[in-house]
Amino acid sequence: MSEHIVPVRIYVTIFLALLLGTGLTVFAAFIDFDKHGFPSQFNTIVALTIAVAKGTLVVLYFMHVRYSSRLIWVIVASALFWMGILFALTFSDYLTRGWLSVGY
Amino acid sequence: MIEAHATTEDVHAHPALQHHFENMEQQREAGTLGMWVFLVTEIMFFGGMFLAYTLYRSLYPWAFASASNHLDITLGAVNTGVLILSSFTMAMAVYFTQIGKLRPQVWCLVLTLVLGLTFLGIKGVEYYDKYEDRLIPGYLIPSRPFGPAVQQEGQPFDEHKLHLLHGATVRQVEMFYWIYFAMTGMHALHMIIGAGLISFLIYFSLRGRYDPEYHSPVEVVGLYWHFVDIVWIFLFPLLYLLGRHLEHG
Repeated sequence: MSEHIVPVRIYVTIFLALLLGTGLTVFAAFIDFDKHGFPSQFNTIVALTIAVAKGTLVVLYFMHVRYSSRLIWVIVASALFWMGILFALTFSDYLTRGWLSVGY
Repeated sequence: MIEAHATTEDVHAHPALQHHFENMEQQREAGTLGMWVFLVTEIMFFGGMFLAYTLYRSLYPWAFASASNHLDITLGAVNTGVLILSSFTMAMAVYFTQIGKLRPQVWCLVLTLVLGLTFLGIKGVEYYDKYEDRLIPGYLIPSRPFGPAVQQEGQPFDEHKLHLLHGATVRQVEMFYWIYFAMTGMHALHMIIGAGLISFLIYFSLRGRYDPEYHSPVEVVGLYWHFVDIVWIFLFPLLYLLGRHLEHG
C-alpha cells in the first residue's frame, strides 16, 4: 500500500480550525470595518479570505490533495483557472459598460 | 496458455479488481481521478450561480444587505458547524476503512448521514420561515407569491418584516431570494444525493465489502461530501453575513 493514511491528529486539527474559522467569520461580520478606516468592502474581503482558507484546508487535508499525485493537482488547478476565466470575461463586460457613452 | 495465465492472476487478485486494471492501486487512483474530474464540472456548475450572485450583488448592494439580514444567522451558523462536523466524520470513515476497522467505519458513516439529515432539517425550518414571511420569490408557491411586509419608519420593530436599507426596493430583494433559493436549493439537492450515497455505503460496509485494499467507493463519496461542504463554506458568509455590519448603523 503506497497510499498515504492521514493521521487522526491532523483530521482533528483541521476540524477545530474550520470551527474556529466559522466563529471568526461570524464575529468579523458584525464589525463595520468602514467605520474603522479600512478600505471599502473590507467586510467582504475578510469573509472571503476566511472562506478561501477554510476551503483550502478541506481540499488539502480532508480531500487528501496534499498527499495526492501531480495529476490531481492539475485537475484542481484547472477548476480554479476556468472559474477565473468565467469571472474575468463576464466582469470585463459588465463592469465596463458605463465607460463609453454611446447611445443604444 | 492464456487460461493458465488467467488462473495464476486470479489466485492473488482482490475480488473487487476489475479486469481492465493492473492492480488495486491503479484502480483506486483512476477512480479518484475520475471523481475529481466530475467535481471540476460541479465547481463550474456552482460557479455560474456564484457569478450571478456577484453580478446582482454589485448591482443592488443595499437590497442584498437588507435581504441577507432577514436570514437567521444562528441557524445558518449552526448548520455550518453541523456540516463541518459531518465532513470530519466522513474523513474519519475513510480513515477507519483504510486501517481496516470496520465497526468504527460503519459508525462514522451513520454519524455523517445523521448530521447530513440534521442539516437538511434545519434548512427546512429556515425555508418554512421564508414561506411564512412571503419571501419565496415569484409565483414558485402559486397561492403565496412573493410579497413581504416592509418595516416602516416609526413602526415597532418586527423581525418578520423586511427592513430595507438606503432605498433598496422589494423587487431587488426578490432577486436576492431567487439567487438564495437557487443556490441553497441546489446545495440541498446535492446533500440529498450525498445522503443517498452514504446510505448505500452503510448498506455495503455492514456486509464488509470495503477493506484497506478496496475502499474507493468510501473515498470517492467522501470527496463528493467534502465538496458539498466547501460550497456551503462559501454560501454561508456570502448569503448570511454580507450586511450584518450595517444592521444597527
